[in-house]
Amino acid sequence: MTSTIEPEVGKSRRRKEDERLITGRTRWTDNLTLPGMLHLAVLRSPFAHAKIVSIDVTEAKSAPGVVAVFTGKDLDPEGAIGMPCAWPITPDMKSPRRPILASDTVNFAGEGVAVVVARTSAEAHDALEMIDVDYDELPVVLGLENALAEGAPLVHEDLATNRNAFWVFDSADAGTGSSVEDAISNSEVVLKRRFRQQRLVPAFMEPRACVVDPTGNQLVMWSATQVPHILKTMTAATLGLPEHKVRVIAPDVGGGFGGKIAVLPEEMMSTLIAQRLGKPVKWTESRSETMVAAHHGRDQIQDITITANRDGTVTGLKVELLADMGAYLGLVGPGVPILGAFMFNAIYKFPAYHFACTNVFTNTTLTDAYRGAGRPEATFGIERMMDELAVELGMDPMEIREKNWIKHEEFPFTTVAGLTYDSGNYEAATAKAKELFDYDGLRREQKERRESGDPVQLGIGISTFTEMCGLAPSRVLGSLDYAAGGWEHAEIRVLPTGKIEVITGASAHGQGHETAWSQIVADKLGVPFEDIEVIHGDTQSSHKGLDTYGSRSLVVGGIAVVKAADKVLAKAKPIAAHLMECAEDDLEFSAGKFSVKGTDSSTSIQDIAWAVFSAHNLPDGVEPSLDSSDTFDPENFSFPHGTHLCAAEVDTETGRVRLRSYVCVDDVGVAVNPLIVEGQVHGGLAQGIAQALFEEAVHDEGGTLTTGTFADYLLPSAADLPSFTTDRTETPSTTNPLGAKGVGEAGTIASTPAVVNAVIDAVRHFGVNDIEMPLTPMRVWHAIQHGSAAAGGLGSEAGGGLGSIDATGGAQ
Amino acid sequence: MRITVTVDGTSYTDDVEPRTLLVHHLRERLGKVGTVVGCDTSNCGACTVHLDGHSVKSCSVLAVQADGCEVTTIEGLARDGELHPVQKAFHENHALQCGFCTPGMIMQSIDLLADNPDPDEQAVREGLEGNLCRCTGYQNIVRAVRDAAHEMRPGAGPEAERLASDTASHVGAGGE
Ligand code: FES
Ligand code: FES
Repeated sequence: MTSTIEPEVGKSRRRKEDERLITGRTRWTDNLTLPGMLHLAVLRSPFAHAKIVSIDVTEAKSAPGVVAVFTGKDLDPEGAIGMPCAWPITPDMKSPRRPILASDTVNFAGEGVAVVVARTSAEAHDALEMIDVDYDELPVVLGLENALAEGAPLVHEDLATNRNAFWVFDSADAGTGSSVEDAISNSEVVLKRRFRQQRLVPAFMEPRACVVDPTGNQLVMWSATQVPHILKTMTAATLGLPEHKVRVIAPDVGGGFGGKIAVLPEEMMSTLIAQRLGKPVKWTESRSETMVAAHHGRDQIQDITITANRDGTVTGLKVELLADMGAYLGLVGPGVPILGAFMFNAIYKFPAYHFACTNVFTNTTLTDAYRGAGRPEATFGIERMMDELAVELGMDPMEIREKNWIKHEEFPFTTVAGLTYDSGNYEAATAKAKELFDYDGLRREQKERRESGDPVQLGIGISTFTEMCGLAPSRVLGSLDYAAGGWEHAEIRVLPTGKIEVITGASAHGQGHETAWSQIVADKLGVPFEDIEVIHGDTQSSHKGLDTYGSRSLVVGGIAVVKAADKVLAKAKPIAAHLMECAEDDLEFSAGKFSVKGTDSSTSIQDIAWAVFSAHNLPDGVEPSLDSSDTFDPENFSFPHGTHLCAAEVDTETGRVRLRSYVCVDDVGVAVNPLIVEGQVHGGLAQGIAQALFEEAVHDEGGTLTTGTFADYLLPSAADLPSFTTDRTETPSTTNPLGAKGVGEAGTIASTPAVVNAVIDAVRHFGVNDIEMPLTPMRVWHAIQHGSAAAGGLGSEAGGGLGSIDATGGAQ
Repeated sequence: MRITVTVDGTSYTDDVEPRTLLVHHLRERLGKVGTVVGCDTSNCGACTVHLDGHSVKSCSVLAVQADGCEVTTIEGLARDGELHPVQKAFHENHALQCGFCTPGMIMQSIDLLADNPDPDEQAVREGLEGNLCRCTGYQNIVRAVRDAAHEMRPGAGPEAERLASDTASHVGAGGE
């Protein structure tokens, strides 16, 4: 190697994306105005469950500026299949047809019942008020256990049940472990707890929007979506349109967090209306609409039983979940809790495991993917349980983890859930985190405060976690009945002047793909970072892809880029040999140049690019192009992990929680851009901490979302959060050539249990062993006042009991 | 109603409905789409602009209230192709991810620095309380604002210039 060029991968490059974003030259969907464009506004049901008796649109139709008004019956074209659900987790899963607009019954407050088309958005919204809908209210069913109770009202009469699906994994049946029932009968300790995962709102900052232009040969849809490729295919399938006549563009997208995975009824109605009127249309929602109409996340009740010996060795894990699907099934909604099935056993060596999940319909907004999708819920369950087990056994919570986790030398390790973790080093991450945190010092301080009866008590929370990233192995997704694969595609175009275009199927919405992909290609091809343009989010230029979610972009999409770059070099090599009149075997490639070994004769990628373009002197039979594309479908997931430590101060007189310090050491394998990694971790921590302390989507008993604006839904501001200390260890993944593992969800997954464990640790001596999230001052204060009697306290008995769960889900 | 507003140095005279919000006037009539809308309850701060040199949430100001005023938006911050120090600091500190909150964050940060040219971490956090970001966890935003504070003194950008004239005594007291 003669290269003196510093490698790009591993460098904290400032982002290419920033320039347009900091100067206001961004292309958000809502910025787009097309000639003759009309505006849509959707009328939404105020009731969570009602029959639509009649809809009178006469007055609205003649309102100023109004061009047309449509109701559900108008928008149910022949051949349309209803809104799609792509994850039929069991053969008998109940999949109610979700129309584009409700026409007979509304099943959640916020469901669309009519749409106005007008010259301006203001006129469209004005006319909504002139539509007269006559509803006959039906009984509303809310709360998982209520929905399953004998005689409960039914969300969908025709299904005759609110039970959507039942999915089960058992290690004894799967041959990955022994029987949990045996573990329960034979273990010295059997600990059972119930936790609730409250409902959350993804709350991306850019509300959803779409613009549809039907006037060209292809119908073009711009949408604030995470999944332009999926949206294109689903639009064609849902509406019975020829797919080659549809082009989807996701321009700059202002955050997603899973919340923009959905294929929207509004996207479908915009398409139909644009086609019918022959004019471009725009739909942009208000924040209050987003809150009720975009999907929510989490919302589970978890019954967990852990069994162990007195020495602290775990012997079995049994998980029974109830998961709220809302009123209909989202695109991947039914599969979200199932993803958790593979993560409940976390980093521990459980010999026996049983997981069962019941998905349930209620009269609420549907739930679907939200940052981490299934894995934060699982990690919360297990990390809370490890703390409870430690207390039960009189051990330090760190000690019980160390005793049971997979040791560094045991990798690769096949877990009881059947996944093979390729690499990991929990010891190293934990050691580093403990040092940064001053674990022993804080434990001492905690003891002193407890002894002195300080009104402000200190608690330490631990979360040692892993997650499965790189949602791909298409075979695995197939075995879980997911409708699509998980591969990713990339193309590299070498332009005549030696500049490079990289086209990726992984469509970004804030993750910095343009920068990271440039770094990868700069290293592979030896061209300057600045000479590379990354193109994404347009199904015309990036014609294949499966988009961005589940921390899959880098570890699947980034590897497709690596493979495509390898192909570019493979195509360039014979040409280089021809140009330099040597044998291919005599060539070596480094820093963008092919050189003849042992000489100073060389030719650069740029020279070859021009030679290929001019095509004056190419070897016989060689295609005059270096352009290459490839697809990557990994053999296995990747498994980032980390140790998160939180110190929380709890004011025992007011119940207020202050995070005093938060330290995390994440192992994301090789970090292509450490700056982006750090940013992703920060954002993830904020979301996970917010679940622990602030956020909850609450419905009143009629099914109205009472946290339907940013005034009521407590999204943390800068003043609500501390600064974090983040660091990394680097244990490369062995399942991809970059050694990367993925990072997008790590912070969210790990932080929620770390914070809750810290708060409970601070007030445990008041007899508290659980507090329902979010840990509002009121709930914390109440728990301190009433101890375990109110706060859970199922002790070590196996058996029923609700813990602190309020099954109606009412937060005060 | 007929109003005249100077936006990023250009004067615009238009007829507007009395109910039109400044943010809609900017975006829909004047094509100033750099300022965005994130909520309908004045909670998110995404729409923050400067009205006569002070930050306002442009979704809570009527266009008619801006009659005769100077508005600075994110699009008008850079001067002679030079980014404002706060813009630069956001880039340098990776203080944005999706970038949707960013125009509002930057406009608010500039106003914050005008009031307090040397804020500590807590002061920055409190000063940005009305601007929500879902991506960054705020840490790098806080860092960016503090970095910019060091860069900016004295009078590095248009808003700092405003400061120099209208709150000179305050700056004198707070500056180094
Ligand atoms: S749009 Fe103005 S504060 Fe949210
Ligand atoms: S960067 Fe996405 S909301 Fe702030």
